[in-house]
Amino acid sequence: MDLLKGKKALIVGIANDHSIAWGIAQALKQAGAELAFSYAGESLERRVRPLAEQLGVSFVQQCDVSDDAQIATLFEKLGAEFGQFDILVHSVAYAKREDLSGRFIDSSRDGWRLAMDISAFSLVALTKAALPLLNPNANILTLSYYGAEKVVANYNVMGVAKAALEASVRYLAADLGPDGLRVNAISAGPIRTLSASGIGNFRRLHKAFTNANPMRRAITIEDVGNTALWLCSDLASGVTGEVVYVDGGFNVLGMSEESQA
Amino acid sequence: MADLNERLKKLVAEQLGVEEEKIVPSATFLDDLNADSLDLVELVMSLEEEFGVEITDEEAEKLRTVGDAEAFIKAHIQE
Repeated sequence: MDLLKGKKALIVGIANDHSIAWGIAQALKQAGAELAFSYAGESLERRVRPLAEQLGVSFVQQCDVSDDAQIATLFEKLGAEFGQFDILVHSVAYAKREDLSGRFIDSSRDGWRLAMDISAFSLVALTKAALPLLNPNANILTLSYYGAEKVVANYNVMGVAKAALEASVRYLAADLGPDGLRVNAISAGPIRTLSASGIGNFRRLHKAFTNANPMRRAITIEDVGNTALWLCSDLASGVTGEVVYVDGGFNVLGMSEESQA
Repeated sequence: MADLNERLKKLVAEQLGVEEEKIVPSATFLDDLNADSLDLVELVMSLEEEFGVEITDEEAEKLRTVGDAEAFIKAHIQE
């Protein structure tokens, strides 16, 4: 099925071949989309370039999403080299390592600002800057996590940033809906990415999640890619402002037999 | 265990983009093999996948040399 034949997508946030954004890129490509990549920093370039080559992606641009000038440059170049496009995937988050362990109450003002800026505001900034280049019926997709709604140990300031991100999805959906644009988020189960390795005791979280969710397995970047493809295709033509779970059903659990053992 | 040594060499060479000759037990990842902090995180993830071992954050911090990694894997691998 060529669900995205003739569509173009900008994927922001690939770091390496474990990245959720990479899973999404592969799914969109397979469905016929033409892709462009943007990555965060210099140290990622040698990781992202080979992946771009693998999918025949020629537009690859560095962009620090906390810098308005770099965002402007990204879309200037994109407009010139890639043209109008249909899908913006935002898979970006950052917090200081020390803010991703221990007690939430010890979060610093600086760490809070940084996490909020890069993980939540960047969606708003990128969306606004992308608007002139977005085709009618374009889609915007971002990535969240359950720690936005419920307390997850060590997730701390990132949980607050993801809550802001999910709220931003709703407000953006309301702003852009009248123009036919859709804005959604995927709330994925924990996946071992480069970013996840910054979360304190992530391995334990991952294991506990895998053992507890109704499907009793880890969530993969392919799982997320499949749902991303659905949300960014016309099959989801009436869906906007939503946070869609790709978590093996973890979010529906109250008290399981196992947790009472 | 010779096989383990070869597998480790190959993995480190691939992950860090260095020649296998440089991957000796005394070589430090950061200085001798020019790894950055992202490389180290990726290396730990690859070691876990390749050898089916679990490396906690605290243990990972102690793996400074190729020899450290080899000793850790030997001690924890289940075959």
